[in-house]
Amino acid sequence: MIGRLTAARAEPGPLLPLEVEGLVVEAGGRRLLDGLAFTLRPERCTVILGPNGAGKSLLLRVLHGLVPPDRGTLRWAEPDPDRRRLAQAFVFQKPVLLRRSVRGDLAVALAARGVPRRERRARIAEALALVGLEGFERRAARSLSGGEQQRLARAWALRPQLLFLDEPTASLDPAATRMVEAIVRDLAARGVTIVASTHDLGQARRLAQDILFLHAGRLLDRGPAEAFFERPASPEARAFLAGELPA
Amino acid sequence: MGEIGEAAATALRLLWSADPELFAIVALSLEVSLTATALAAAIGLPLGALLALARFPGRGALVLLVDAGMGLPPVVVGLLVYLLLSRAGPLGEFGLLFTPTAMVIAQTILVTPIVAALARRAVADLLEDYHEHLTSLGLRPLAAVPVLLFDARYRLATACLAGFGRAAAEVGAILIVGGNIREHTRTMTTAIALETSKGALEQALALGFVLILVVLAVNLAAAGLSTMARRIEG
Repeated sequence: MIGRLTAARAEPGPLLPLEVEGLVVEAGGRRLLDGLAFTLRPERCTVILGPNGAGKSLLLRVLHGLVPPDRGTLRWAEPDPDRRRLAQAFVFQKPVLLRRSVRGDLAVALAARGVPRRERRARIAEALALVGLEGFERRAARSLSGGEQQRLARAWALRPQLLFLDEPTASLDPAATRMVEAIVRDLAARGVTIVASTHDLGQARRLAQDILFLHAGRLLDRGPAEAFFERPASPEARAFLAGELPA
Repeated sequence: MGEIGEAAATALRLLWSADPELFAIVALSLEVSLTATALAAAIGLPLGALLALARFPGRGALVLLVDAGMGLPPVVVGLLVYLLLSRAGPLGEFGLLFTPTAMVIAQTILVTPIVAALARRAVADLLEDYHEHLTSLGLRPLAAVPVLLFDARYRLATACLAGFGRAAAEVGAILIVGGNIREHTRTMTTAIALETSKGALEQALALGFVLILVVLAVNLAAAGLSTMARRIEG
């Protein structure tokens, strides 16, 4: 049914780089994102770091097109918004799983992206195998454990150019966290650009190539991860790294 | 108390002997209520989905109207349908008053708001849960509708069962538009009212038992659906 309603869509061109300028989001008279400017480069793992309430999740949602900005520009290499959407995937902090089987859940995602019905079964089996969930096709998607839900099976099945991860391991135990991080590194090694938010310094050190440090909606530090961790530019970033700001 | 016990024993004998009049009444009751529920589902499910998904002027008022319709008084509905179908009414020429069709019309009016309101809530809850995910996938609004309806399937089925329960137990409206005519428009509820007023408690109790069985079966089906939903949906 979904397949019939979804026309096959043209393949998107390269999405990135993305140039962000003067990005502002306001709500209730408060500036939640305040004049952000940065560039997202392709095939990099960028971590948005900052304390709770800094605006990390909101920034991911704005970049993915779920929340419209009040001001500012986002200049993508791919001009067509529909094609851009086809080349992205988003993993929410609390995964949204459909009330159907694992296969059914993934099939909806693939159908939405215009993947022909005949290809879906193979794509699903391949994605589940890559994240260690072989044989889970018939299981209820919502019956998967937190760690199983976050293994990014959808991300593998959709094969995006750009993957947004919103605090992907926030509620996971250390073993499940390690597994998810390994899967993220695997995706990155295959050329998927990763943009992940976290307040976990250890995770940022393990995953990040580039860092965007947000504090109270402002971008206070950005650049290669190594430089950020060695010589943070702002007092807030230094305090955060020293554990003097609440994570 | 002794009289009730005797009446209950007689009622069981009537049921056991498969009394033809009793079974005709049960069959007509089920036919009318099932037809009304099917029609209410055909109208109420799409209406509920539309109210949950679409944004248009007057939507808020329509939602309020449908929600309020869940508490429609059956006798008032019966009276309105009576006026519509009576010889002097706008639909009088069709000669539907005091027929099972008139009873179906009245029950459909009673049940449709129940199905529509429960369906709207089911789809709206799901949409709240799924909205960001479906948007993220780039699923177009039209393509999201079957996804939402499929995933709300158990709650939609429960909405229909709730509607059927209301129809099967209803007496005011069908008494007015059906007339409780023997072997023509007499149902379980109207027969119970009549037999009780005549003092024929055995017949009334026998029908009461069957009605309770039907209501129990509906509740069991709803509980079964809920259990199945938990198992399948996780």
